[in-house]
Amino acid sequence: MTAAVSVAPARLPARLNAGILAADQRRERLLMIALCAPAVLLTLVVIFLPVGWLSWLSLFNDAGELSAANYARLVEQRSYIGTFKTTFLISVVVTLVSLVLGYPLSYMLAQLPRRAASLCMICVILPFWTSVLVRTYAWLVILQRKGLVNDWLVALGVVDEPLQLVHNFGGVIIGMSQVLLPFLVLPLYASMKSIDRDYVRAAMNLGASPTAAFWQVFFPLSVPGLVAGLVLIFVLCLGFFVTPALMGGGTVIMWAMRIQQTVSLYANWGAASALGVVLLVVTLVCLYVFAKLFRAGNLFGRGLG
Amino acid sequence: MVSAVERSASGRSPPLTIRGVAKQYGSTVALHDLDLDVAPAEFVTLLGPSGSGKTTLLMILAGFVRPDAGSVKVGPEEIIATPPHKRNVGMVFQSYALFPHMNVFDNVGFALRQRRVPAAEIAERVQRVLALVHLDGYAERRVDQLSGGQKQRVALARAIVFEPKILLMDEPLSALDKKLREQMQIEIRHLHERLGMTTVYVTHDQREAITMSDRIAVMNEGRIVQLDTPKQLYARPATRFVAEFIGESSLLPVEVAHDATRFDGQTLKLAAAPRSATGRQWLVVRPEKLQILEPGMGGPALNIFEGTVKELIYQGESFLCYVTLRQGGELAVRNYSRGEMLARLPGVGAPIRLGLGAEDTTLVAEDARP
Repeated sequence: MTAAVSVAPARLPARLNAGILAADQRRERLLMIALCAPAVLLTLVVIFLPVGWLSWLSLFNDAGELSAANYARLVEQRSYIGTFKTTFLISVVVTLVSLVLGYPLSYMLAQLPRRAASLCMICVILPFWTSVLVRTYAWLVILQRKGLVNDWLVALGVVDEPLQLVHNFGGVIIGMSQVLLPFLVLPLYASMKSIDRDYVRAAMNLGASPTAAFWQVFFPLSVPGLVAGLVLIFVLCLGFFVTPALMGGGTVIMWAMRIQQTVSLYANWGAASALGVVLLVVTLVCLYVFAKLFRAGNLFGRGLG
Repeated sequence: MVSAVERSASGRSPPLTIRGVAKQYGSTVALHDLDLDVAPAEFVTLLGPSGSGKTTLLMILAGFVRPDAGSVKVGPEEIIATPPHKRNVGMVFQSYALFPHMNVFDNVGFALRQRRVPAAEIAERVQRVLALVHLDGYAERRVDQLSGGQKQRVALARAIVFEPKILLMDEPLSALDKKLREQMQIEIRHLHERLGMTTVYVTHDQREAITMSDRIAVMNEGRIVQLDTPKQLYARPATRFVAEFIGESSLLPVEVAHDATRFDGQTLKLAAAPRSATGRQWLVVRPEKLQILEPGMGGPALNIFEGTVKELIYQGESFLCYVTLRQGGELAVRNYSRGEMLARLPGVGAPIRLGLGAEDTTLVAEDARP
């Protein structure tokens, strides 16, 4: 081969344009980094700086001295632990309700012909674009003692007395589930849409009944999207404020509401920011645990395999 | 090679009887009352362009598409209304459809688990079928660790491990490169001879169909245009569509009269009398059947065509020569690049004489427009 002959002397003169090409590559890489600089800068200024500053504040007591008093209070006062438990309970229940309502809904959307599916999708997304405040007040109107639901229930003779549907635990669950449902449906729908129909066909061809084909083939393949949606909902629940504040009517206190109360109750920011730091840490721990449970790659809808 | 009849005597595979199967999507007719008989242990290929209805028919056989009417019988048993999971029909999908969340063993054993076969027997049967497709030792592999050819073999193993009565294959080789595809064609053919499963195979690759099949059903616009052995199909296409779809061919317009068949006034020497009535028909000329004649050469049973060389294409083992005929029209000639053949070829623009033996002539009628 002639190539073997030319290799040896090729080392003496520098390879053709090697320096220019390498410099060009470095320049291109720098330009790429420069492209994301505005976004990185914005994230730093708008998120990391304030959060870092708040966390820093949580380490000072009323007198402005460095102390762990703000954190000690969280452990000493029983009511904080109660709020913590309520927050977790609500988050778990809302996540479960979203699962029960959202999975069949996404499944139906994924099976419908394209036109019908996009029409139904609009019905799912439209409330998503409406203000959370408006939607929450709408729920109050529907569920209050003299609201739509109670009027009908009484008129139809299902119940004698109007039911207590808002300003309690159930009301918070109803409101939050409705507000957060699209966060499950959107990733789950996308994940189900990407499952080739041939998988289920193959399962049935191999003798699996429709039920068996669903549980042994379709469901496992939809799990990445499902987990992504559930984690999203759970994490959003942990820090949710508007809906539980209005639907709970002061009887159900979640962590974010506690932060707001603390801000108005104490003179310094430290007390409230300690609560914020705890919420942030708990959220990160939850994300880490989910990621460990379901392999990091799958969490964000990459699909199996 | 063992003939289909001999195999049926030993095999358990039942015949497949399709009668009057029709399917319409909106105003588009996918299948017109279609009949097809597949003998026990026979390998029949549905061959046609996309949209010819071949895949629809296969989906109906597997039970994934409900036809508007018709009957599908496996042996004596009517399965037209049987749900797919009770049909006991194996299928190899074009996409393979290997379950990505299971390894090779679980994929292949899937059908046996559905049938509640004991674990020990599953293990044994999966190993046996993996050996059959030359994948010993791959049981624990994840599906995404396999090459295209290996996936294809797993898909095949999965479809035959439960010993289905009928085996369906939907363009199973279309995702493989040419070399591997040709190797798998032979391998599937050998496997079929060994197992003797009644097989319906779908492809749009005429060469693949000819290589593998006992018989080929050429489909077009929801109908079977011709059902014949590969040899018959190639040598005696029934219609212009079949002639053009199977193999390479040039078509020359000819006038069929009572006394003779003429191409632009030149009387043709034919193997058989024209099949249908007088009028316009087409002479099918296969490129490899034409001989390039030296000046003065000829023969009593030879049709001579004269023209000029339009283009010469060198293709390695053979060359292709396009000839513009004196009377108008074009013929393609293929010859192997052997000896001085290439050197002796006339150049582009030079006159050339071609000979077509009477035994190699076939006439087809213009396709009837439905």
